[in-house]
Amino acid sequence: MNIFLQYILLGVAILVAYAVLALILIYVERKVCGFFQCRIGPNRVGPWGVFQSVADMVKILLKELVHIDKADHVLFRMASFFVIIGSICTFAALPFARGVQAIDFNVGIFYVLAVSSLGVVGILLAGWSSNSKYSMIGAMRSGAQLISYEISSGLSLMTIVVLSGTMQLSEIVEQQSDLWFIFRGHVPACIAFLCYLISGHAETNRGPFDMPEAESELTSGYHTEYSGIQFGFFYLAEYLNMFIVAAVASTMFLGGWQPLHIPGLDGFNAVMDFIPGIVWFLGKTFFCVFLALWIRWTFPRLRIDQLLSLEWKVLMPICLVNLLLMAVVVIW
Amino acid sequence: MTNSAALLVVLITAVVLVGAALLIALWLAPRSYNPLKGEVYECGIPTRGTSWMQFRVGYYLFAILYLVFDVETVMLFPWAVSMREMGPGGLFGVAFFLIVLALGLAYAWRKGALKWK
Repeated sequence: MNIFLQYILLGVAILVAYAVLALILIYVERKVCGFFQCRIGPNRVGPWGVFQSVADMVKILLKELVHIDKADHVLFRMASFFVIIGSICTFAALPFARGVQAIDFNVGIFYVLAVSSLGVVGILLAGWSSNSKYSMIGAMRSGAQLISYEISSGLSLMTIVVLSGTMQLSEIVEQQSDLWFIFRGHVPACIAFLCYLISGHAETNRGPFDMPEAESELTSGYHTEYSGIQFGFFYLAEYLNMFIVAAVASTMFLGGWQPLHIPGLDGFNAVMDFIPGIVWFLGKTFFCVFLALWIRWTFPRLRIDQLLSLEWKVLMPICLVNLLLMAVVVIW
Repeated sequence: MTNSAALLVVLITAVVLVGAALLIALWLAPRSYNPLKGEVYECGIPTRGTSWMQFRVGYYLFAILYLVFDVETVMLFPWAVSMREMGPGGLFGVAFFLIVLALGLAYAWRKGALKWK
């Protein structure tokens, strides 16, 4: 009975954290986007418009699910399950603070890479099953983009695994207690951080890399035919994936929930220790999220061939060389 | 709580979230039907044909290349963990492995597989 209660509590906690973070992220995105475009952003529902995304969530639940005659209905429904499962399972592996981590495999970072790529299956299914040309083209582009950028994000995370000698996320964070990996790893860690930010950003289908849903040519890409809450699932997963990428970047490179420590300055370190871990984690993660939003609202959209050649001809060779460089640095 | 049990719980949570939200939407949302609404969207003109057709081969080439390099990533992770114990010998082995792969990439590049025609 006791263990059963624990399971239910875990499920509810994950669900609440997931939903609340999604609402916060959508609000932050709209507000930041507003400021980047010299607007105010949402400001009607509640003070500073903070309840805008709650209102939108209720609205989207009440919208009609349009029935497409020629779609493959089983796959059409299944697609949203895949997308959400991929993002929640990755989300549960994030270390929020000391001990606040639902899933802590000893192959943690490998698990994160593996499960987060489940989203590609959902996106391809969505595009295929809709039986619409826009969805099909969007899904194909998205598939090519996601799988390509997965390689360089995997390689740049592997650079940190080489440095730390473990794949367990809690252990990786623990090792950064005196100095974060981005400072300790010399030049290769900084290069890997940049590569991960770029490829992670591309993996979330956002910003200059939003080819799959390029609204000026594809209406909205792979979710053109989705309506109501089914569209909402794709939207939710997109925002949470942005958070997950930022959180993995801050866990692997910026020390996760570890406070900022400078060796030798004991007084400074003691003051930093007073700030709780969860604040550090969320602070770093939202810093990375802000970077992602900044990139999104600054750069124009790439073409699909530019996008793929950026990955295969630039990022991946850099990541491979960088991996060897890190190995050399660690051994000698 | 073991990790695998937690993973199972999280999986069930995800399925329940999607399922429950779908059920709520099906229960609360209005429903109406007419033949035009069931059409696939195509700029407002009547839909022509199906979209389940042959597709550009370029995507397939990238998928094959991805397969090669993703399997390579899987093989490199164990080395990355035990790199300190293996020392320079392991590093040279992996460097050789990577050079062979890089030759493969160079071949694909030369053959024009990376070019979008």
